[in-house]
Amino acid sequence: MSKGERTGQGPHVGLFITCLVDLFRPSVAFAAIKLLEDGGARVEVPRAQTCCGQPAYNSGDRADAMAIARQVVETFERFDYVVAPSGSCAGMLKVQYPALLADDRAFADRARGLAAKTFELTSFLVEVLGVEDVDARFASCVTYHDSCSSLRELHVHDAPRRLLASVDGLNLVEMADTESCCGFGGGFSVKYPDISTAIGAAKARSIVATPAACVLAGDLGCLMQIAGTLSRQGSDIEARHVAEVLAGMTEAAGIGRPR
Amino acid sequence: MAHVPAESAPQAFETNAQAALADGPLQRALLNVKRGFVLKRAAARAKLPEFDTLREEARAIKDHTLAHLDLYLEAYERKVRENGGAVHYAATAADACAMVLALCREAGAKLVTKGKSMVSEEIGLNVELEGAGIAVVETDLGEYIVQLRGERPSHIIAPIIHLNKEEIAADFRRAHEALPKTRKLDTAQDLVAEARAVLRDKFVGADVGVTGANLLIAETGSSVIVTNEGNGDLTQVLPRTHIVVASIEKIVPTLEDACTILRVLARSATGQEITTYTTLTTGPRRDGDPDGPSAYHVVLIDNGRSEMLGGDFHAMLRCIRCGACLNHCPVYGTIGGHAYGSLYPGPMGAVLTPALLGISAARHLPNASSFCGRCEEVCPMGIPLPALMRQWRERDFARANPPLKERLLLKAWAFAAKRPQLYHALTSMLMPLLAWAAGRRGSFHSLPLLASWTGGRDLPAPQGKTFQQLYADKRRTQ
Repeated sequence: MSKGERTGQGPHVGLFITCLVDLFRPSVAFAAIKLLEDGGARVEVPRAQTCCGQPAYNSGDRADAMAIARQVVETFERFDYVVAPSGSCAGMLKVQYPALLADDRAFADRARGLAAKTFELTSFLVEVLGVEDVDARFASCVTYHDSCSSLRELHVHDAPRRLLASVDGLNLVEMADTESCCGFGGGFSVKYPDISTAIGAAKARSIVATPAACVLAGDLGCLMQIAGTLSRQGSDIEARHVAEVLAGMTEAAGIGRPR
Repeated sequence: MAHVPAESAPQAFETNAQAALADGPLQRALLNVKRGFVLKRAAARAKLPEFDTLREEARAIKDHTLAHLDLYLEAYERKVRENGGAVHYAATAADACAMVLALCREAGAKLVTKGKSMVSEEIGLNVELEGAGIAVVETDLGEYIVQLRGERPSHIIAPIIHLNKEEIAADFRRAHEALPKTRKLDTAQDLVAEARAVLRDKFVGADVGVTGANLLIAETGSSVIVTNEGNGDLTQVLPRTHIVVASIEKIVPTLEDACTILRVLARSATGQEITTYTTLTTGPRRDGDPDGPSAYHVVLIDNGRSEMLGGDFHAMLRCIRCGACLNHCPVYGTIGGHAYGSLYPGPMGAVLTPALLGISAARHLPNASSFCGRCEEVCPMGIPLPALMRQWRERDFARANPPLKERLLLKAWAFAAKRPQLYHALTSMLMPLLAWAAGRRGSFHSLPLLASWTGGRDLPAPQGKTFQQLYADKRRTQ
């Protein structure tokens, strides 16, 4: 299939870049675009996006969460699919929006419609685009952290692992307690920093106990917590978003690493 | 919940949590949660392919019962009466305590033995009885130790999960003064043997036995308790009077329903297929019974439950107090139960405590969660605990309880997030500036405005321009 056919015929995907990727690590979004285009999708990144609204939603500010949710619905409902390089933000759109907007007569159906076509990046690549292998090389021993929202809200577990298995030179070693939270939890990380840090330290112990030189995850929130914890401990283990590795775009320094 | 000392109230959650994190023996004891509960539950679940179906059935039983709670309570009461027992309704904790105290006085009680009962802790029964000059002895080993120490349980099914055996041995040496000082108390077996010997006399000498109930069965008028020590049996069979204290949502329609719930309860709680002792009591001793109490009373406690019925927190009434949500909670596992300052800690406590004490007093509990969702995943009753905690956060926010700085920041952020042009203008100035400030290090070791983050971890710096800037740049050059 030529590039022209791919970009001309494939599903029209609206990329929800997520606020953390937009602000802290644009390389993840460029990697996501490459993966989606290589998989045959036509990708567009609407400028009218800011955030999925979780900071408000999880702080009990339902009014602002609803306003932001409506804005996201309006911006993204015209696409065939909405894809986010994050289980947390995809889960917000896919699972929480229909509940959040259920009593809003103008938006309840539209929120359900958006939910039905929203996907986390790796699961979209595997389950919708049918991607079986990626054209990437990463000669490293890695371990994979499942974000709680990917794992429990969206039930994404195998997709990132299947794709990673096709990366040249990559050796995936699972850590203990893969089901445990990293302690990030959005606002929780700064509202209850001592508890968040202690949970993060336990996660870091599981990571350090593997022979991995790199920890991957599909959520930048978890990765900020994990990278920040490893960096504070003086660990050499680098943290990266799984999209960067799958896209073969690992030129940028690891998260929080010297550049 | 009466009789909570101020320093261990939920208002003190943050300082309690800090102390818990710095408490070495507690941190060592908390490692037992994973060994003792998480792995055993996982194994028990794996052995039972129909576990999820069973959960659905158990949940449906509770939903049905709660929808017709009045009918089942009346049916239960009728049956208890037919069996020769009496049912008393207590609207509040104070009412319940007064009723139990009156029954104890009626029985001329000097010594009351108790089986483990969370609801009796909730209403502050021991303090009430002791205040009236009645001696109260907890007979569950963990509860007995908690009582010796003047503490509260730190877990709803494992009251002393916060302790190591060395600490318990020291408590026993202090409390059991009459025993030889040189005796060996090194192993768990030594401790159990000593507690058993001490408790035997109490069982035999008690005038009244008070137990809780895991379930109340409308069909038969029975109350069900599960224990692993058999102490419940001795508490309810030996004294002349047996008083069951139970909250109204413990009711199930039939014996068959009770069995379904017991199957998920044991597996979810301790990873057992069935708890060692499952005991049904159905009224006082009948003619020809070899033993049993001559008087049988049930005190049914509301204490806030009926207000939850049909409301936002209705689903919480399905809770069967298995403790699985505590065992799998990263916050509970990090700070233990006492830090919550509530009898009910962990995720179930974060939902239930504000219902009992009010959200303003208990606001930290539903806020201190990373919403990892593991509690909901393991809950045998499918209670959407994170969603219920979020409901409390909404009420908390509506009352302007969160710190002013936190609310202002959130409002400022939301103002920008609802205006993409403004948002992009602001972030495209701020992020490159932050990246520049971090320089080649790539992360911040300390950042005054984000000290709560950088206190315990580095903050990864932004790469430079925002994605929206780079993407716009790229499109312009294409």
